[in-house]
Amino acid sequence: MLAVDGLQAHYGRAHILHGVSLDVAAGEVACLLGRNGAGKSTTMKAIMRLLPPTGGSVRFEGRDLDGLAPHAVARIGLGYVPEERRIFPDLTVEENLEVGRRPPRPGQAPWTAERLYALFPSLGAMKKRPGGRMSGGEQQMLAIARTLMGNPRLLLLDEPSEGLAPVVVDRLAEALLGLKAEGLAILLSEQNPGFAASIADRAYLLETGQIRHHGPMAAVMADAGLRARYLSV
Amino acid sequence: MTTPVLQAEGLTKTWGGVRAVDGVSFALAPGEMLALIGPNGAGKSTLFNLLNGQVRADAGRVRLAGDDVTGLPPRKLWRRGVGRTFQITATFASLSVAENVRLALLSHHRRVFSFLRPSGDLFAEEAKELLDRVGMAAQLQKACGVLAYGDLKRVELAMALANRPRLLLMDEPTAGMAPEARQALMAQTAAIAQAEKIAVLFTEHDMDVVFGHAARVMVLDRGRLIAEGAPEAVRADPRVRESYLGKQG
Amino acid sequence: MAFDWQGLVVQGLNGLASASSLFLVASGLTVIFGVSRIVNFAHGSLYMLGAYLAWTLTAHGPFAELGGFWGFWGAILSAALTVAALGALVEMLVLRRLYQAPELFQLLATFALVLIVQDVALLLWGPDDKFGPRAPLLRGATEIFGARFPLYELFLIAVGPVVLGLLWLLLHRSRFGILLRAATHDREMVAALGVDQKRLFTGVFALGAGLAGLGGALQIPREAVTLHMDMAVIVEAFVVVVIGGLGSLGGAALAALIIGELHAFGILVFPRITLVLVFLVMAVVLVLRPQGLLGRGAATAPVAAPAPPLPGPMPGPLRWAAIAAAVALVGVAPFLGDYPLILLADFSVLVLFAASLHLIMGPGGMASFGHAAYFGAGAYAAALLFKHLAAPMEVGLIAAPFAAGLVGLLFGWFCVRLSGVYAAMLTLAFAQIAWSISFQWVEVTGGDNGILGVWPSGWARGRLVFFYLSLALSAAGVLLLRRIIRAPFGLALRAQRDSPLRAEAIGLDGFLLRWIAFAVSAALAGLAGALFAYGKGSVFPSFLGIPRSVDALLMVLLGGVQTLTGPIVGAIAYAGLQEQLARLTDCWRLVLGVVILALVLFFPRGLAGAFRRRDA
Repeated sequence: MLAVDGLQAHYGRAHILHGVSLDVAAGEVACLLGRNGAGKSTTMKAIMRLLPPTGGSVRFEGRDLDGLAPHAVARIGLGYVPEERRIFPDLTVEENLEVGRRPPRPGQAPWTAERLYALFPSLGAMKKRPGGRMSGGEQQMLAIARTLMGNPRLLLLDEPSEGLAPVVVDRLAEALLGLKAEGLAILLSEQNPGFAASIADRAYLLETGQIRHHGPMAAVMADAGLRARYLSV
Repeated sequence: MTTPVLQAEGLTKTWGGVRAVDGVSFALAPGEMLALIGPNGAGKSTLFNLLNGQVRADAGRVRLAGDDVTGLPPRKLWRRGVGRTFQITATFASLSVAENVRLALLSHHRRVFSFLRPSGDLFAEEAKELLDRVGMAAQLQKACGVLAYGDLKRVELAMALANRPRLLLMDEPTAGMAPEARQALMAQTAAIAQAEKIAVLFTEHDMDVVFGHAARVMVLDRGRLIAEGAPEAVRADPRVRESYLGKQG
Repeated sequence: MAFDWQGLVVQGLNGLASASSLFLVASGLTVIFGVSRIVNFAHGSLYMLGAYLAWTLTAHGPFAELGGFWGFWGAILSAALTVAALGALVEMLVLRRLYQAPELFQLLATFALVLIVQDVALLLWGPDDKFGPRAPLLRGATEIFGARFPLYELFLIAVGPVVLGLLWLLLHRSRFGILLRAATHDREMVAALGVDQKRLFTGVFALGAGLAGLGGALQIPREAVTLHMDMAVIVEAFVVVVIGGLGSLGGAALAALIIGELHAFGILVFPRITLVLVFLVMAVVLVLRPQGLLGRGAATAPVAAPAPPLPGPMPGPLRWAAIAAAVALVGVAPFLGDYPLILLADFSVLVLFAASLHLIMGPGGMASFGHAAYFGAGAYAAALLFKHLAAPMEVGLIAAPFAAGLVGLLFGWFCVRLSGVYAAMLTLAFAQIAWSISFQWVEVTGGDNGILGVWPSGWARGRLVFFYLSLALSAAGVLLLRRIIRAPFGLALRAQRDSPLRAEAIGLDGFLLRWIAFAVSAALAGLAGALFAYGKGSVFPSFLGIPRSVDALLMVLLGGVQTLTGPIVGAIAYAGLQEQLARLTDCWRLVLGVVILALVLFFPRGLAGAFRRRDA
């Protein structure tokens, strides 16, 4: 579904991605694991073309994304949830969702605000609250819900568990498993493998802008040496 | 015992109700290389900015060679012998490599407010020497705006050395560099620090760099120091593992 | 003590009426800025077009035939809608290509539109003032606390809140409005959610332009439609938007109210300094709260323009050509008539003026929209010394740079703290304060009549000698600037522009560097101003006016800010073009505007940049 091949990216003159290759199949949850600074967020941004890549290719359902503007990438079905969430603070929950709304896709049940409130009940209880006055966990739920309003075919989820209390992380995992069950493909990035293990099928281990290892999530979890080498100190 | 070059005492900073840095104390000896690491959101940048004068602490003190320098702006810290490099290199893009370093020397020698004398030859020799030490003497006349990223990092290091610092603060010194070039830059830094008895505090996310060059490692998690000591001891510390990998790890 | 309650109430109502009109214009300006980050200089031109179109539509065509209530209001609304369509067109044809360009180029492009619209309006409607019809049903006056007050003014008072309410509804109840608010905060995230920004931007320009057009159209029953409406309103609207906070609608409403009432009551309390008062309020707000009363600061940090690589030395042949031209000029001058000599003296002065601005714009990295203040300060220093102390030219030429430099120290102390659009607006505010003083302090400055008889000393009175004097002093000034730029101070100045972070980290005090540069620049602009005064034999408030500040800005930007050659080439090209065009065609503004647009769109590095190799 998503095929990334030899992706290169620079931030200014700094060379951040040195040829990242990965793919995500339909209905699958793949996970980018790595320490902070490894290049996880940059990979996500380069796929969305928010940071235009300086080399390599990104294909989505066979289509080369080269030359597309970010809004066009979003329109063909890539939904992006940034690490910093980037909720519009002055807009209410409802209004934040409205910004994300796109027309339904054929053969896919469209997301509506009501369906999302069912998925994230806490949001339904604060429809009129401005985004700037929500807790971190609520903002994360809203960020995901807002992107789902665009009826994406694949979700790019950048470090969703960062800074959240364990209870909230559990709830988030539950919601993501629900999405997975509906057949939504997800590319997740995480530095904490514990959370990723509960939802991801496969893992890519990223270090200094390169994929060092990839394999089934369970295999990564079973290999303490691998985790220590790429994720711990 | 010698006076520590840098001493932090109970540094605390709160952002919007969250304690980003929570009572951090440590000391740094001359010539020592100390790495500051921690997972995302641990408060590394905030702590770093408290030390370099960019952010004011809510509580706590910073001492430089015994003097209280809490709250001094970066430019005054430079006058007291602190050199810095940045995560995203900050050099003067429209100036040549030599001019960048000469300006740092002009500032150190308080010769900036000279309006009529052409700056062309002032401190040219000293600048060349400094650039030679970081391996940049061959590119003196190039504008920094067109340099390769790894070379920019070297120019930054040369500028940071222009005031003969006793302390170098390096924020992610190898970020954005090709993996092969990282070790070389840090080896160079370590050699200079050793030779001049310069204390170095650096944050870094490349663990090969951290464990290859730091004499001591501090781990920050949720604003607190959770471990501090020799690299291998820190590596073996279960609390450190837990902070990076989560409980199930 | 008999207190005039009646007068106060009427003044208060007058204030509300003008606040209402101001709000219409300022709201459009602020909405456009919020989303597109473009400060639209041409907003006043759209306002003027609204007024002219409304006048035409009420006088000719179907609405005029329809007449009466529907004819009048149909014409007003059609005028607003036409201006909205024009705004959309401008966005699609010009501004869309400039969103990635530096702020100053966007301003330059919108200023080119101002010039174009001025001449188009002149061609279409002629130079005479136009008087619109009175509004049906709102012709009379009503009695308020025993004083007569025009109904139409009461109606205008109501328009402001009604439009504010409608805008609020649009922004909160429509998808378009919600997208606008989202984009004001985080454009990139809006794009990542699949929203095509182009259509959003076109929409917001149409909306803002429509509001300006409506504001202009509504003026026709109360004041004449003139070709000066654009500049008058844009300056006021800038003040309102900056005080309220760029991008804040509520802020614009509050600030419009403050400024409207300040005008109304200022006349009662400080009749002498009403104009100063308005700009003083703006300056105070900017210094104490740079983001404006209700602004929240730039949500997305302004993207620093990538620092240009250092241009190489001037290519040999070009350098020799320049020197040869200068020598030829000196040699040929004795054979020229009076008119060319006057022109050449003017050119020399303009070169110095532009070069002085270049010091703060190029190496300093700041923008000044009010450089005429220092040009004028020098000119007035010379003229006042002559008028009150009968000081000769020699004394005037020495005193002028000091006087202007002192003014620069004073104004600069505030201005160099801010950056980007805010700094530009603060320099504009200070220049307007200076202008207001020259205009309103009649006893000292002669007000609008200026100061006459400021001629050079006897030895320099001949056109040829005066040209040589101007050339020599300007050349000396330019060479001094060149030296300063190449001295350690200039190196440090460029350094703090390139990277404030690094400059601070190597012990440089950016504020001090910028402040001194600002004062030096002001001093040399003052020298240029004094020379200009002696050349003309008189001084007028227009020496400090916005058009003159804009001239300087255009000269520097046309030439390119990278090198000192830029402003020199720019000054000669701009002044020469203006001079030639004025002679060849009545529509010199139109041609100049088109040329500027073309330059901005196709030669963003300026004229001097266009002749250089692209890389050193």
